[in-house]
Amino acid sequence: MSTPEPGGVSRRAMLKGAGAAAFASVLGRGVQAQDGEEAPAQPKEEGLQSRGPEAVEVVFTLNGEETKLVVEPRVTLLDALRDRVGVTGTKRVCDRGACGACTVWLDGATVNACLLLAVDVAGAEVTTIEGLAGEAKLAPIQRAFVQCDAMQCGFCTSGMLMSCAALLRDVPRPTLEQTKHAVVGNLCRCGTYPHVFHAVQEAAQ
Amino acid sequence: MSNEQLRLGFEGFELKAEANVPDGAPRPWDLDSKLRVVGTDVPRLDGEDKVTGRARYSYDQRFPGMVYAGILGSPHARARVKALDTKAAEQLAGVLHLEPLGDELYYAGQPVVGVAAVSEEVLDDALAAIRVDYEVLPHVVDTDAAMAPNAPQAVPRRGGDGNVVQGRRDTSGDGDAKVAAAHAAADVIVEREYRTQVQTHSCLETHGTVCRWEGDQLTCYASTQATFAFQNTLAQALKLRPQNVTVITEHMGGGFGSKFGADAWDVFCARAAKATGRPCRLMLTRKAEHLIAGNRPDSIQRCTFSASKDGKLLGAEVHSWGTGGVAPSASIANPAVYAFEAQLSDQHHVLTNAGAARAFRAPAHPQGFFALEGMIDEVAKELGMDPLELRRKNDPHPVRQRQYEIGAEAIGWGRRKADGAGEGPLKRGLGVAAARWKHNGRPGCSVRCRIGKDGSVFVASGAQDIGTGTRTLLALMVAEELGLEPSAVEVRIGHTTDPYGHGSGGSVTAPSIGPVARQAAYEVKGQLLRAVAERLGVEAGALALEGGQLTGTDTPLPFAKACALLPVDAIEATGVGTRELFSMPRFAPEVAGVQFAEVEVDVETGLVRVVKVVAVQDCGLVADPLLARSQINGAVIQGVSYALFEQRHLDPKTGAMLNPNLLDYKIVGALDVPEIVAIPFSVANGISTTGMSSLGEPPAVPTAGAIGNAVANAIGARVRSLPITPDKVLAALGEV
Ligand code: FES
Ligand code: FES
Repeated sequence: MSTPEPGGVSRRAMLKGAGAAAFASVLGRGVQAQDGEEAPAQPKEEGLQSRGPEAVEVVFTLNGEETKLVVEPRVTLLDALRDRVGVTGTKRVCDRGACGACTVWLDGATVNACLLLAVDVAGAEVTTIEGLAGEAKLAPIQRAFVQCDAMQCGFCTSGMLMSCAALLRDVPRPTLEQTKHAVVGNLCRCGTYPHVFHAVQEAAQ
Repeated sequence: MSNEQLRLGFEGFELKAEANVPDGAPRPWDLDSKLRVVGTDVPRLDGEDKVTGRARYSYDQRFPGMVYAGILGSPHARARVKALDTKAAEQLAGVLHLEPLGDELYYAGQPVVGVAAVSEEVLDDALAAIRVDYEVLPHVVDTDAAMAPNAPQAVPRRGGDGNVVQGRRDTSGDGDAKVAAAHAAADVIVEREYRTQVQTHSCLETHGTVCRWEGDQLTCYASTQATFAFQNTLAQALKLRPQNVTVITEHMGGGFGSKFGADAWDVFCARAAKATGRPCRLMLTRKAEHLIAGNRPDSIQRCTFSASKDGKLLGAEVHSWGTGGVAPSASIANPAVYAFEAQLSDQHHVLTNAGAARAFRAPAHPQGFFALEGMIDEVAKELGMDPLELRRKNDPHPVRQRQYEIGAEAIGWGRRKADGAGEGPLKRGLGVAAARWKHNGRPGCSVRCRIGKDGSVFVASGAQDIGTGTRTLLALMVAEELGLEPSAVEVRIGHTTDPYGHGSGGSVTAPSIGPVARQAAYEVKGQLLRAVAERLGVEAGALALEGGQLTGTDTPLPFAKACALLPVDAIEATGVGTRELFSMPRFAPEVAGVQFAEVEVDVETGLVRVVKVVAVQDCGLVADPLLARSQINGAVIQGVSYALFEQRHLDPKTGAMLNPNLLDYKIVGALDVPEIVAIPFSVANGISTTGMSSLGEPPAVPTAGAIGNAVANAIGARVRSLPITPDKVLAALGEV
C-alpha cells in the first residue's frame, strides 16, 4: 500500500524490481494462491534465472511443517505469512525494518520478515511466535512475559519475544546490557521495556 | 439508601466520611475493607493469548475472499484536484472498487481516492497508476509563520479571518487586573517563553478496520479505543441504525487518544465491502498514520510568574499559541496544581495545513507542565530556594505532599548539587515535577455477569482494552465479590452487542466499569445465595462465598456444587452505573502524582541521558499493582521520548512531513530507557463503591517537566524548548 515518496521509489516498488531478478527454487505444485496469483508453467531446472513478475512457487519449513506458497516475487515474507498462510502472530508495523514487530527466525537467526521476500526463504526454516514453544504449551520466556506483565497492547510482543528467546538460547544468563541490546531493534510504543528486561531475567533463572 | 461510615485517605492522613449507599449496592471499599485478590499482582488474563500470537487484532482478521483497501493521500499541503484520471488503475486486473474521496485538500495525506483490490500488491499498483492533476495552492505549516499578518489562510473558518483562533481564556477572580495586582505585590517576577513540539501518536497498530456485510448487517473489526463511538459514527455516516453495525475490538494495538469514532477511511472501507460484496480490510500505512491519524499540538507559552520573597506564589500569567493543524485544538494545562493568588491563561489555536490534532494521552498536560514546572524552578532559582521546598509550600494536595517525601527519598534529593556544579564533562542533575488529573470514573456503563449451573462465571462488557488490562480488571472485581480466583472468571470485552461501556478517553475505563462489574457480581451473588438457601432450607443471610466455597452451611460447599443447586441453567445480573453508585464522598478532588528525574548531560556533545525516574502515582484504590506499574512505566517512557527525541518535522517550503516513518521519527528504544521506580500509591478515595480512579494519563503529565528541570540543574543553563536535543543544550551553554 506504499505510495511513492517524493523524489524516490516506494519500498515495495523496489522489492518488485529486485523480485524480478530474484532466484527462486521451483518445487512441487502451487497452493494457496490468492486471487490473480496463478503460477504459470515454470522451467523445471534450477539455477539463476529471472523470475516474475508472475507468481512463483516457494517451499519452506514453517514452524516445523513444510509449506508451499504461490506468490509474486515482490511479496514480502511478512505479507506471505500473514495474508497467504494466515499466520498472523507476526505483526506488520513499519514495513521497512525500523520496528522489529515482524521479527521471526530464519534458520534460527532473528530477521525482519518485512525486509525479506517470500521467495528468499525457499528451502529454509522459518519460526514464528506460533512455533516458539514447539511441543510445549509455552516457552519459559513466554511464561515469564505473562508473569512479569511484559506487554500492554501486545502489538510488539511477538517480535519482542522472538528477540528475547533468541538471546536466551544463545546466552542462557544474559546481563541487563545484553538484554537491552537484544531488543534494540524492537520498538514498544506502550513502553513495556522494564518488564521485558525483568521477564528475561526471570526466564534465565 | 443506607448510611455507611467510610475510612478514607492513606496511612498518616485519614478521615471518616458518611456515604449514602443505594439499596442493593455493596458497601464501598475503603481502608477497612479486607480485599483478597484486588490489590495483588495478578498477571493479565489475556497474557497467554498475546504471547502466543493467538490474540487477533483488527490487522489480523482474515476472511475468505477478503479484499484490501487503501487510500491515495494528497502529496500537497494545500491543493485542489483539477482532474482525476483513474482509468489505468481501474483497468488493472484485480482492482474491484475505486472512488474519489475529496478534491479540496487542506493537508498532506488527506484522502483523495480510495481503492480496493484483491491483494496489497495489486492495490499498490492501482494507487501508483492513478493520475491526479493538482492545482497547488499557497500553504502554511509552521506555527510562527501562520501567525504572521499576511499568511495564507490555512483552512476557512467560521466567524473570522486569519489563522489565530482565540481559545480558552480564563482567569481566577475578577480578571486580568487581579493578576496584574499579584505581580505588582511580588518580590520576584520571572518572564520566559517555553516551546514544545508536535508529537505523533505512532500507535504500532495503525488505524483501520475490517468490514464484513451479511445482508444489511455490518460487522466491523475496528482498531478503536471506543467501540460504541465507532459504532455510532459509522452507522451515522452510512445512514444505518446503530443496531445494524456491530463493532468488535477484542485486542487493539495502541491508541493513546487517537482512536475514537470511525474515520473517513473506515467509512470508505465499509462502502468498499458493500460495493465488492466481499469482506474488506483497510489499515493505514505507517506514513498515513503520521500524517492524518492524529498528533499532540505544539505550543509557544509566554509565561510571567511572580512570588513573594518568602516563597508564596502570587501571579501566574500564561499566553499560549499552538497548532493542531487544521483543527483548532491546541489547549494547554498551564497554570495548574499550585495555589497561585491569581492566574490567567489566555490560549490561542493556530490553524496550519497539517493533519488534525487528536487527544493524546493527557491532552494539554505534558506540554503545559513542561513550561509550568520549568517556571516554578526558575522562580525558585530567583528566590534562592530549593525547588522542592517551593512546591511543598504552594501545593494544596495532601496526597502529593506525601508523595514528594516518598519520591525525594527514592531519588536521593539530598545529593542534589547546585546548578551546573561538578567537574568534568558529564554533569548529573535532579529535577521534580507534579502530576494532576481528574477523578474520571463516571456513571453510564453496564456490565453483565452470569453464573452457570455448572459453576462457570462469565462477565461481559462492550468496552475495549487499550492495553491497560480491561479483561483482568473485570475478572478481579467479579472474583473478589464471588470469592473466586480471577482465572476462574471468563471475560468477553469489545463487542457492541454486550452492555455499553465508555470509550477509553480521559482514563475513565477502570474507574467507570469497575464499580459496575462489582455491582453485577454482587447482584448475581445475591440470586445465587437466595436460590441455594431455599434449596437447603437455610437463611440466605447466613451464607457467604469465600475461598472458592459456599460457607455458612454445616460443611462448606465447593462453588460449583453450590451452583449445581440452582433451579435454572444460569442466573444473570446486569450492573448499571447509576449516578448514585458514583456519589460517594471523596477524599481529595483530584488524582495526584509526582515524578523525580535524574539525568546525565555531556556538556561537550550536548547529549542528555535520563538515568532514573521515580514516579509516585495515586489512582485511588490500586486494583492490580502489576498492571498499574506497566502503565506508569509506559507513561514515563513516552515522557522521556517526548522530552528528548520525538518531533514531527514539516518542510515549510513543500509542506511535506520529512520523517513520516519509524526510522526518522525518533521514539525512545531499549538503550535509552532509564531505570524506572514506579510506585503506585493507593488512596482510599471514596467516589464510587470501588474507590478506583484514573491511571493511564496522570503519570504522562510530569515527565518532560521533571527532565527539563534535571537538565537545568545538571548544566546550570535552561533549555526551554522540547525536545531537548544536543544542539539546544550546547546553545543554552553558549557553546554554539
Ligand atoms: S514491520 Fe518489519 S521491522 Fe517494522
Ligand atoms: S505493548 Fe503496545 S507496543 Fe509494546
